[in-house]
Amino acid sequence: MASEKWPEAGKRSLIGKRFTRLDGPWKSSGRAKYTYDVKRDGMLHGKLVFSPYAHAKIVSIDTSGVEKMPGVKAIHVITGAGKEVQYQGHEILAIAAETEEQARDAARAVKIEFEQLPHFVVDAPPEKAGERARPLAEQTTGNPDEGFKAAEVISEGTYGSPVITHCCLESHGQVAEWEGDNLRVWASTQNVSGISNEISEGLKNSGVEVPASNVQILTPVMGGGFGSKFGADTWGVACAALAKKAGRPVKMMLERDQELMAAGSRPSIYAKVRVGAKKDGTLTAWWSESWGTGGFGPGGGNPILPYIFTRVPNRRSHHTRVETNTGPARAWRAPNHPQMCVITMSAMEDLAAKLEMDPLDFFLKNLEFVVPERAEAYRQELLKGAEMIDWKKKWHPRGDKTPGPVKRGLGLSLHTWGGGGHPSNCNCTIRPDGSVEVFLGSQDLGTGTRTVIAIVAAETLGLPLNAVKVNIGDSKYPPSGASGGSTTVGGVSASTRRATTKALNELLERVAPTLGAEPDKLEAKDGTIRVIDDPSKNIPWKQACAKLGATPINASGQRVPRGADELISSGVGGIQMAEVSVDTETGIVKIEKMVAVQDCGLIINQKTAESQVFGALIMGVTYALYEEKLMDEATGRVLNADMEFYKLAGIGDVGNFAVHFMSGPGYDERGPIGLGEPPVVSPGAAISNAVANAIGARVPTIPITPDKVLAALEQKGGAA
Amino acid sequence: MNSFEYAIATTIQEAVEMLSTHRGETEILAGGTDLLSLMKNFVVTPKRVVSLKGIRELRGITASPEGLRIGSMVTLEELHEHPAVHGEYHSLAHAAGSVPSLQIRNMGTVGGDLCQRPRCWYFRNGFGLLATDEKDQPLVPAGDNRYHAIFGHPGGRPGAYYVHASSLAPALITLGALLKISGPRGNRDVPIAKFFIRPTKASEHENVLLANEIITEIFIPAESKGLRTATYEVRQKEALDWPLATASVALRMTGNKVKTAQIVLGHVAPVPWPALDAERDLVGQPITEIIASRAGESAVRGARPLNGNKYKVQLARVAVKRALLAAVAERKPMAFAQDKEGMRHG
Amino acid sequence: MSKRKSDEQKGISRRSFLKTTGAAVSAGVVSGAAADLLKAQAAAQSKFAGPGEVPISLRINGAARSLSVEPRMTLLDALRDRLDLTGAKKVCDRGTCGACTVVLDGKAVYSCTMLAIEGQGHEILTIEGLAPEGELHPISAAFVENDAQQCGFCTPGFVMACKAFLDKNPNPTEEQVKHGLGGNLCRCGTYIGVRAAVVDAAARMKGGR
Repeated sequence: MASEKWPEAGKRSLIGKRFTRLDGPWKSSGRAKYTYDVKRDGMLHGKLVFSPYAHAKIVSIDTSGVEKMPGVKAIHVITGAGKEVQYQGHEILAIAAETEEQARDAARAVKIEFEQLPHFVVDAPPEKAGERARPLAEQTTGNPDEGFKAAEVISEGTYGSPVITHCCLESHGQVAEWEGDNLRVWASTQNVSGISNEISEGLKNSGVEVPASNVQILTPVMGGGFGSKFGADTWGVACAALAKKAGRPVKMMLERDQELMAAGSRPSIYAKVRVGAKKDGTLTAWWSESWGTGGFGPGGGNPILPYIFTRVPNRRSHHTRVETNTGPARAWRAPNHPQMCVITMSAMEDLAAKLEMDPLDFFLKNLEFVVPERAEAYRQELLKGAEMIDWKKKWHPRGDKTPGPVKRGLGLSLHTWGGGGHPSNCNCTIRPDGSVEVFLGSQDLGTGTRTVIAIVAAETLGLPLNAVKVNIGDSKYPPSGASGGSTTVGGVSASTRRATTKALNELLERVAPTLGAEPDKLEAKDGTIRVIDDPSKNIPWKQACAKLGATPINASGQRVPRGADELISSGVGGIQMAEVSVDTETGIVKIEKMVAVQDCGLIINQKTAESQVFGALIMGVTYALYEEKLMDEATGRVLNADMEFYKLAGIGDVGNFAVHFMSGPGYDERGPIGLGEPPVVSPGAAISNAVANAIGARVPTIPITPDKVLAALEQKGGAA
Repeated sequence: MNSFEYAIATTIQEAVEMLSTHRGETEILAGGTDLLSLMKNFVVTPKRVVSLKGIRELRGITASPEGLRIGSMVTLEELHEHPAVHGEYHSLAHAAGSVPSLQIRNMGTVGGDLCQRPRCWYFRNGFGLLATDEKDQPLVPAGDNRYHAIFGHPGGRPGAYYVHASSLAPALITLGALLKISGPRGNRDVPIAKFFIRPTKASEHENVLLANEIITEIFIPAESKGLRTATYEVRQKEALDWPLATASVALRMTGNKVKTAQIVLGHVAPVPWPALDAERDLVGQPITEIIASRAGESAVRGARPLNGNKYKVQLARVAVKRALLAAVAERKPMAFAQDKEGMRHG
Repeated sequence: MSKRKSDEQKGISRRSFLKTTGAAVSAGVVSGAAADLLKAQAAAQSKFAGPGEVPISLRINGAARSLSVEPRMTLLDALRDRLDLTGAKKVCDRGTCGACTVVLDGKAVYSCTMLAIEGQGHEILTIEGLAPEGELHPISAAFVENDAQQCGFCTPGFVMACKAFLDKNPNPTEEQVKHGLGGNLCRCGTYIGVRAAVVDAAARMKGGR
């Protein structure tokens, strides 16, 4: 029987090679139909009415005039009179009308009386946050006081990262359509298999009973999620309720300002840090007092500090969560890691500078304090990265002393992530005509999942990539988990590998007599079923499948439901190095080059794996230099709920990138490990460190904007 | 966007008649890049929108012995690419071409650039042109003013704190341009330096244009030929983004010495901001690194930054210095790409 | 209310008057796009339209399309909601991100900041018109080959901006691409692929690949 184990390097036909993504032509020709593009017969347009205030009580809602407005077909209240709204953008009700313009007119005509309540929206430290500050338990290991006494050099600083948003280009939303007792929802979601239940539950509050099994979710393609699209959301339920009331399909996509206000933010984390080391650079102690806001509600994590160097012997850390009247936090690509990383790596690099050590040597020296199973990989990655960016030649002590206003600098950072695999089921059907289909209730966020599934299936069956039809993005397919935590590639690879192996083995049994060999002496390779020891004895795939008669093979495979799965692993590490130039007269930072060295187990598709890293670096450049959700204390508003002042990097703002994957023996046998998150962790820290190296002063917080660079220069007393 | 009546004029006269005498009731639609966003944000809610796209007289650039005539409906890209502009008015060509979006350059017009509304986020969020709270107190001085004015604001009292966003105005002012304006009582010429005003009441506007007047052309008199000009823009991003500070300069040189200097800063005040001290100081001087730096210093003397925009003083200082140095630098022949490249490094 | 009404009458000249004066204008003195626009307007027998729906005719991808829109409808919304041409995407809806880019008379424009009614008299090219369904334009093909897309939501706008850019700059360097395509934003971070794709597409278009 064919083994489900991953093929060894020499035996891989497809895995690890370069493939263009399968849905590429569909997308780049503009023909791909996203949720936002769905149009159904008789479809109405929905709009949300949301709170203009950061904190208020809804005294009354009057929709009487609105119901009679042209085109208005249904109104659904989400947050009713008597309840409080807790941030600007908090959804209150939804309206469906014939056209989008009519729905918007109606939304503006709703009369809501608010009683404004005191709000708190700014990203303030605990001492300025009053009762909004919620201290968490202090974490102490070893003896920090002794550790600092033992230190010969101590560095202190304040570092941090503000609230940023997801800003998915396809805003959140859905199209809901009822057909009798069945509800079909096209949703821009990261969780095709998971949100039916939530919609079913949510509709109960509107008196609509629909079992989750009658709720079908469809997401053939989606325009970005980054962690903000796991749930059905109140607007998802509202959309279904509107469609029910109106008896017609309804499309309701968030407008950009709503998306930026309410549909996702990454918590801020700031920290005062003290870190000590021996003169040789060996870390002795860490202390941090951190805080941050995850907006309204319990969001916003408890950071684990120090990051990566979690085994520094003596450490004390304490975090205070600050609740604010801003949109609730959602998981943002590698939750907490980029923030923890920028705090830790900045503090460490400042210490290295105080020690007058090359940070490369400093970080190498302190690898004894990382989890032991990753230390050697980090060492290799640091050395590889140093070679790629020519670290030893280009690095200089703090402050580029070359003449002219533009200073160059190098910085580095280390990161980690888990990965593993989410629950996943795959069905594989082989038909007598030789056609092959796999079915998974998974989704492709643009990460290349669809293509990965096809590669795994085709590899297993010895077929070319285009011989396998991949069916995903439908909750009627076997359930798969949400795409978060870099768990998708692990989950779907494991389930697909198992389903296709099982299906193949059934086929081998049917073909064995023809080839005069036992099934376990057969393999699928190059479009044939052949005898392993004598490939000249073979039968083409189609002829093999013809042996099935009238009945297709159907086999299912699963990622092992709980715990470990020998096909996949968890836990990766990577390092990144950045070279920047800083105009010290204007404070403007430009990225010259970044290198990323990453391990991710067995690479399924080299091309899209690289794209994931490039994309993460670009997202990293963006949050390192530009992004910040700006709140106004006086008005409680988001000042930049638009894409003009919520700034994203453009094509000219990112430098040149190089990526190297740690692969081969020692890595490949771990199986595929997700790559969505790890490479987005380090850019902020690497860039911040590079800027410090260039100008000879730390810009304490990201984004590293001109005002902060100039302030840091001024504080240190002038040019680099 | 509220619904409105769309009107398309074919002559200037007709357009003027289509416009209301009351500000806010009608809006002029040129390129639309600003107006449509304002309407979508319900910052302006006209009952009628008057399109100028059918008026032929508003198009085209013509050079004559008297000077250069630029129709108000000329797009930024047309302006940027016109040989007469490129050849003689480098600072202007540069300002037009530096808007980092091909789409905006293709759509946005010269008239629209001059009449665009402030990008102040309080204004765009519905707090009025002067960005006030319900007690009519200004929100900007104690609010987030990182992109607001460092010159020409009322220092804590109610008034205009925004910066004028025009890309072209500073260069046009240094070139002594005249605006030809048509209204119900005929035509008038306004020196562009006198076009922009600082409103002190919410009912006032950012320029002298009446609600039913139209800028028909921009005229650069022939006297402005032979100047050494440059524009320098401090921009955080290379992709579409607003500059943090800009400077346009126009120098009349005698040998290597400055005979007269015009220096106007952009994005630092509610109106394009002339640097009169720096202009005076430069007369009789050669443009060297040190002299240019000193001019930068003079230009920001008297700046009154708000609590969050002190950095802009430095940016204005540098913009002046770099614009001056660029104005006297030897210039390569103007190819599109080279110009873009030169722009980046000033 | 009555005060507002009287203001209105005082402020905006009455339509009937304007119609009369408007009729005196001859379309013969204008040419090009303006003439086309006028012709389209002449069909409506008025220089005024709306605020209710008005019939308009757009030339999209070489074919005339008749539809009825309120003057406030943007070209983007008309393409997407009325004509089911959903390649152009609505992302910022404020002329910032480029996802809605179409090519108008050979020039890239943001269709979210243009009124549909003003699209009359122009040749509008949307991504659907680049190549027949099932075929790939060389630019789209280069985007696929260079993996210049992830979620793909910015991609059609980028492809159309590239189209206009390459028509004008048939031999771009990557450096020029960086400066020429600053009006389009991507969130997944596909710029490395896009840079390569544009240079590749230029070669494909010349070589007829």
